Amino acid sequence: MDIDFHDITLSANGQKYQRRVESRLLLSDFLRHDLALAGTHVGCEHGVCGACTILLDGEPMRSCLMLAVQANNHEISTVEGLAGKDGAYHPLQQAMHDHHGLQCGYCTPGILMTMTAFLDENPSPGEDEVREALSGNLCRCTGYQNIVDAVMAAAEKMRG
Amino acid sequence: MKPAPFKYIAATSLEHALSLKAQYGDEAKFLAGGQSLIPTMNFRLARPAVLIDINEIAGLAGIHPSTGPTRVGPLTRYRALQRDAAFTGSFPLIAEALPHIAHPQIRNRGTIGGNLSHADPASELPAIAVALGARFRLQAVKQERWVHASEFFVGALTTALKPDEMLVEIELPLAKPRTGSCFMEIARRRGDFAIAGVAAMVTIGARQECTEVRLTFCGVGETPVDASPAARCLIGHVATEAALRDISASVQRMIDPGGSVQATADYQRHIAGVLAERALQTAYQRARNGH
Repeated sequence: MDIDFHDITLSANGQKYQRRVESRLLLSDFLRHDLALAGTHVGCEHGVCGACTILLDGEPMRSCLMLAVQANNHEISTVEGLAGKDGAYHPLQQAMHDHHGLQCGYCTPGILMTMTAFLDENPSPGEDEVREALSGNLCRCTGYQNIVDAVMAAAEKMRG
Repeated sequence: MKPAPFKYIAATSLEHALSLKAQYGDEAKFLAGGQSLIPTMNFRLARPAVLIDINEIAGLAGIHPSTGPTRVGPLTRYRALQRDAAFTGSFPLIAEALPHIAHPQIRNRGTIGGNLSHADPASELPAIAVALGARFRLQAVKQERWVHASEFFVGALTTALKPDEMLVEIELPLAKPRTGSCFMEIARRRGDFAIAGVAAMVTIGARQECTEVRLTFCGVGETPVDASPAARCLIGHVATEAALRDISASVQRMIDPGGSVQATADYQRHIAGVLAERALQTAYQRARNGH
């Protein structure tokens, strides 16, 4: 079979990109290898671990369960876009730091993308809702409690 | 780069997608949410030669209520169903099941039509479609037909869809007045595949007696299992604890779960019986309480 290439245009963290991709290239690998946005981590590659979570048009999704070609004409947000232009942490990044919400950090980008979108939609969550929202992200270091604490603290901070 | 090579085509209209499917037949798969298809391709368990992406087709997603049944477009994502208050109000059985379907990120992408067409035996929506008495419109280039949910699921991952057909519409009849419903599921972890799940619907009459009962299961057979006949003894009677225990025992005799390394067939049978009893009890109470 001839290699099946497609030309795509997309925006990632507000910047436009044009690339030629093979149809079978996963969005997760595309972000890491073609756009050098290696903050998106790749864990299980079948949708279980959540490390590769990105936002597609503002909604958290698994980038390992999408093809790069499907991002054509869509807007992607990755962990690289979370901090402010001056490098200041997003309130959830700061809270994860303050509450020791990570150890090895492998799951962290996926958790940040999942939970920042969650807080945008639900600014005053209960702890149960936070745990439910976190259910699609595996963390093998923290036992989750510190992540929950960080999300609750960030929510409070963001409410002002 | 994990999936085996394939040809990718982004369909621009339903007609385009159907004509491509007519051309490629079993060589091609429709790509909707991809939340089951892409993992199997990443594992190379599936190696379709052609993927027909239907995500950019306008009009395939949407919830269309009417005075009669509600019609749902196949590309409607789980999350859109969850966010539609009118829909979740009309179909509390579906609303109760949606949080059991994988995780928020998966529900943002996965679609109702993809779920039903994939026909995973452990999946919640096929069992619910059977309980609700849903109908599906299957369309090919030149003809279409309606199939009842009870006849759509043929085997594990196998449906009545022909190689040139797409599930293009899901018709959900509204429940009768004074109907209570309940969905329950046991899985090893939140969002994991069901060891057993149950959908129960109970309609009651003026004397609180059951006039109609539906009971279906996911995860305990090759297809959704309709165990409504086991609950028929409730018709004309108030749902007593003794009657529900009898139904639970009948269910355990009638189902034939496959078992797995995590849950033996006996354990699945036990769980299904317990869930049947609890779900029927809850559905009956909800019918009495008016929700």
